[in-house]
Amino acid sequence: MLEIKNLQVKVAGKEILKGIDLSIGSGEVHAVMGPNGSGKTTLAQVLAGRLAYEVTGGTARFQGKDLLAMKPEDRAREGVFMAFQYPVEIPGVSNAYFLKAALNAIRKYRGLEEIDAMDFMGLVQDKAKLLGLDETFMKRGLNEGFSGGEKKKNEVFQMAVLEPKFCILDETDSGLDIDALRLVANGVNTMRGPNRAMLVVTHYQRLLDYVIPDFVHVLVDGRIVKSGDADLARNLEKHGYGWIVEEAPKPQPARA
Amino acid sequence: MRPGDIVAVALDAKETYVAEFASAEADLPSPSWLRGIRRSAIERFEAVGFPTQRHEEWRFTNLAPLLRVPFKPAIIGGPDGVVAEKLEPFAFGILKTSRLVFVNGRYAPRLSYLRSLPEGVRIASLAEVLRQEPGTLEKYLARFARFQDDPFVALNTAFFVDGAFVDVPKNTVVDEPIHLVFVSTARDVPTIAYPRNLIRLGAGSQATVIETYAGWAPEVTFTNAVTEVVSAPASVLDHYKIQRESEAAFHIATMAVEQDRNSSVTCHSMSFGGALVRNYVHTLFRGEGGSVGLNGLFMPSGIQQSDHYTRIDHAAPACTSLELYRGILGGKSRGVFNGNIYVRKDAQKTVARQVNKNLLLSKEAFVDSTPGLEILADDVKCSHASTIGQLDENAVFYLRSRGIDEENARHILTYAFASDVVNQVKVAPIRIKLDQLILSRLPKGADVGETL
Repeated sequence: MLEIKNLQVKVAGKEILKGIDLSIGSGEVHAVMGPNGSGKTTLAQVLAGRLAYEVTGGTARFQGKDLLAMKPEDRAREGVFMAFQYPVEIPGVSNAYFLKAALNAIRKYRGLEEIDAMDFMGLVQDKAKLLGLDETFMKRGLNEGFSGGEKKKNEVFQMAVLEPKFCILDETDSGLDIDALRLVANGVNTMRGPNRAMLVVTHYQRLLDYVIPDFVHVLVDGRIVKSGDADLARNLEKHGYGWIVEEAPKPQPARA
Repeated sequence: MRPGDIVAVALDAKETYVAEFASAEADLPSPSWLRGIRRSAIERFEAVGFPTQRHEEWRFTNLAPLLRVPFKPAIIGGPDGVVAEKLEPFAFGILKTSRLVFVNGRYAPRLSYLRSLPEGVRIASLAEVLRQEPGTLEKYLARFARFQDDPFVALNTAFFVDGAFVDVPKNTVVDEPIHLVFVSTARDVPTIAYPRNLIRLGAGSQATVIETYAGWAPEVTFTNAVTEVVSAPASVLDHYKIQRESEAAFHIATMAVEQDRNSSVTCHSMSFGGALVRNYVHTLFRGEGGSVGLNGLFMPSGIQQSDHYTRIDHAAPACTSLELYRGILGGKSRGVFNGNIYVRKDAQKTVARQVNKNLLLSKEAFVDSTPGLEILADDVKCSHASTIGQLDENAVFYLRSRGIDEENARHILTYAFASDVVNQVKVAPIRIKLDQLILSRLPKGADVGETL
């Protein structure tokens, strides 16, 4: 589904990703873990199309198409979704309005008719229940005055309504209490399926106790230095990142 | 233009207006008490003349384009081409209102209608009231909008022919809004009009008054309007001024409000049309416990200029003022917000909050925001804030990342920026109309409206 080759990215002139290779197949859940500043969020953001990130090398193909050449809205319409680490508050735009606009933009791109108001409300109510969001929430301004937990739930709620093919979860567990974490994880798990892939970016094991990944990759200083299965994540939780950083091959200094 | 030229233009224009008064005076509706006021007003105008950008309050406003146009009052009885259908776009959907229409400053009975009103409520042509009961207005008219301080108020006071008189007796609630429509048209030569309104609310009464200023491009018109409001104790007024003249129109308007104790007034000012628009709102608390809300939105684009000066005079204790003004500026437009809250020495327990936020949609748009607080009392809660910025690119990306295209994302965020002000509007059909007007000002706003 997603094929990343030698991806290199600069942010504000600084090299953050130094050659990422990652292949994610349909139905798979991949976790990318790593210490702070390793480039996890950059990887998530560059796949979603954040403009401030400058791709200096490599490729990313999504279902055979050049993902990096697409505008952010076209990536979304093709089926890419990123749950933001810091969702934006937009007072004056209700959650309902925003989500309907998004859903219809995606449907239009796929040649489907716009969803009518009744069907939309039905769809939204089912998904909201799944995440324990009450009904007044749809009328409130987009993320306006939401707690950290509510914002993260809203991200997964949007994901559930928009039904993307490829989900990127950027530190979705940060700032969640255990009850919220369980709801969010449950929301994510109900979306797992043979036709959908996920990339879970996280610093901690916490979320991965509930959303069990098929593959775990450790990102250190802009490179994937180790890959494994769910056990790798548990090891990291127990022993920290230190041992991997030690083990990681250092770039050889150029010889004179 | 060199500074000397604008002074010469202002001088020439002044002489023209003063000479015009001499020939027009005899035909103006003037009971004897008013004749004296008109004379004083034109004398005051002659003494001060038109302001130039050397005047602090006019620093950002170049009047030369206005002063160069030789405006004439519309010919009485001449065909103006205004028919009821042309006014339909200025109505508010399902909202039922009584309506008085004034064309180029004169009452147009054929376009006006009154619905059933509570006993004692009057909605009438000011000129008719002056003719039929010369004494009725003496205590109120020209008592609140001070021509001594403002040359445009002086000109209006000298020249006004007509306008609306809205009178609500005490303890009377007028449920349906009263819609006053001021149409500016110019068939052959640029036309000038001086609408003059007086709104009087009796003790414990309540009313909603909407002033719509309408016109059509490319007609060049100049509206110099003055509205005076006098609110008796515990009365409630919800007032809307919606400026939708053509983008070739000049519009200078003053609203003067005087509030007695425990009265509540909200002045909504929504400005969309006009080449050069200047609104001045001045409210005064005469008794304690009053509250006032100034709620403004201005949305110039192209080469429009939209200026908003406000002054809230806390002359009595324990009054509350809340001022929210938002500017959305596109193209090469210019805007000014200048807010002055004046808390006098005895006005203890004053609560005053003023917020002006501006959104620049293009690099060539410009806004000058000058919030102001002058506090002489010591036991008050006052604050002011002012911001000028562009759309938040993080928010644009957030919307785009959900499949919404960039232009639509920007429209949605622009619309959202205005929502703070729009949400202050209590009458739903007016709110819906404002939403439509805001969206219609954006290039692909209709698409956003469809999904709303």
